[in-house]
Amino acid sequence: MNDALDVALRLLIVFVVFLTFPLIVGQTEHKVMAHMQGRLGPMYAGGFHGWAQLVADGVKFAQKEDIVPAGADRRIFQLAPAVALLPYLLVLLAIPIGPGEGAVGQVLDAGIFFVLAVMGVGVLGSLMAGWASANKFSLLGGLRTAAQLLAYELPMLLTAASVAMAAGTVSLPGILDAFHWWWLPWQIVGAIVFFVAGLAELQRPPFDMPVADSEIIFGAYTEYTGLRFALFLLAEYAGIVVLCGLTTVLFLGGWHGPWGEDGLGWVWTLLKAALLAFVVIWLRVTYPRLREDQLQKLSWTLLVPLSLAQIALTGIVKVVFLQ
Amino acid sequence: MTPFPGSGLAKGLAVTLRTMTKKTVTEQYPDTQPDLPPRTRGVIGLFEENCTVCMLCARECPDWCIYIDSHKETVPAAVPGGRERSRNVLDRFAIDFSLCMYCGICIEVCPFDALFWSPEFEYAETDIHELTHERDKLREWMWTVPAPPALDPGAEEPKEIAAARKTAEKLAATQAAAEATETAEAAQAAEVTEAAEGTGVAQTAPEPADPGHVESASPTDPPEGQS
Repeated sequence: MNDALDVALRLLIVFVVFLTFPLIVGQTEHKVMAHMQGRLGPMYAGGFHGWAQLVADGVKFAQKEDIVPAGADRRIFQLAPAVALLPYLLVLLAIPIGPGEGAVGQVLDAGIFFVLAVMGVGVLGSLMAGWASANKFSLLGGLRTAAQLLAYELPMLLTAASVAMAAGTVSLPGILDAFHWWWLPWQIVGAIVFFVAGLAELQRPPFDMPVADSEIIFGAYTEYTGLRFALFLLAEYAGIVVLCGLTTVLFLGGWHGPWGEDGLGWVWTLLKAALLAFVVIWLRVTYPRLREDQLQKLSWTLLVPLSLAQIALTGIVKVVFLQ
Repeated sequence: MTPFPGSGLAKGLAVTLRTMTKKTVTEQYPDTQPDLPPRTRGVIGLFEENCTVCMLCARECPDWCIYIDSHKETVPAAVPGGRERSRNVLDRFAIDFSLCMYCGICIEVCPFDALFWSPEFEYAETDIHELTHERDKLREWMWTVPAPPALDPGAEEPKEIAAARKTAEKLAATQAAAEATETAEAAQAAEVTEAAEGTGVAQTAPEPADPGHVESASPTDPPEGQS
């Protein structure tokens, strides 16, 4: 009975985090982006500086008509938003926010494998949407998504492998237990590559070719309306939360920090993840969208070689200095 | 020297971060009124006391949104035996702001300074017909016309002020000249009297009543005095 309660509580907490954190990131994006452009952003919804803007958006989306195009593959079309969103909920289960077994939804021995595999499923949602919409722009968006997934999954996996090599384990809590501060300079190249590849996989600007609205309307999401469209947007922000959490755990030491082991570990995790989320927004505001060929070039000619070099460096340091 | 690779990316990040720390330029309009310059093209005010119904504004208006009606009135002669004059009396002056494109040509073209820009802009209506502002409403807008902004330092003098100044200077010059001759005449008259008293009857002029001769006989003009 106690076990069941424990499991239910953990699931509930993860679910609440999954529902609130993406909205917090979204609201932060509204405000940060506005101020970086010399504007104020939402000011009215909710009364105080537009804090309820995304709630109002949600209400608006819920009221809209849910349309499935006549020529669309109906079942796949309707299923796609769930496929895009749910994997991030599963990944969130496996991210540890503090030391010990109490601070993670579910301890998995093969944490990195699980996390990266399931995150890859999330992109399938966009592919399904693009194919099932029976719309040329959606199809183009879906194909671009596929090309982007192929190009950026590789450096992401390689850099994650580098961390796993350094820690000697593929379990996320295990990696955190093995972390030392000097991993930061040691794995810095891997961290940057992982973060950039993650951004590209989330199709965040400046890597938002698959939804480039000035070229292909809104890519795979062109035909979506109402709540299903909102779920795709939510998936993007949930993806930011997951990516920032993963980068924090793999490269920035997660709960490590002053008093990290004395109960303040979760504060450190959240702080580092929030900082990364700010960087995600910052990059979006600053940089223009890459062209499709530039996007591919960046991955194959820069990120893949860099991640291979990082693996080599990790191996050398591990064998020569840590034996 | 080529810049360090990625320095442009860093510069871009610096720009957005710096902008974030600065004050925003957004004006919360319905809560705070915008601070508009005096020549803002908000609405057109009519100073009907200056209007002579010359119809220039209505004719120059590119979209014909100015409506003017008038009639002639005869003014009785100002002096007995003079001619009667006729003048135009304004009956209706209306601007249809649903047609107006705010080009300001009517204001530019008015030779009598009867039309002015006002920065007021909150006159939206739910019925398009109400956007035709009649004479009294246009006159009311005049109260919102701000004083013109000061000229730039070193700017050319405004034409009307220059003309007025020129006239005033000319007037002052003629006045000063007249005064100067007056004082000179007075002085000469005094001198002549003194001389006449000093030399007795010997110097008595043949035509003592002629002031011109007295003047020419003054010691300052000896050749003329001898003639």
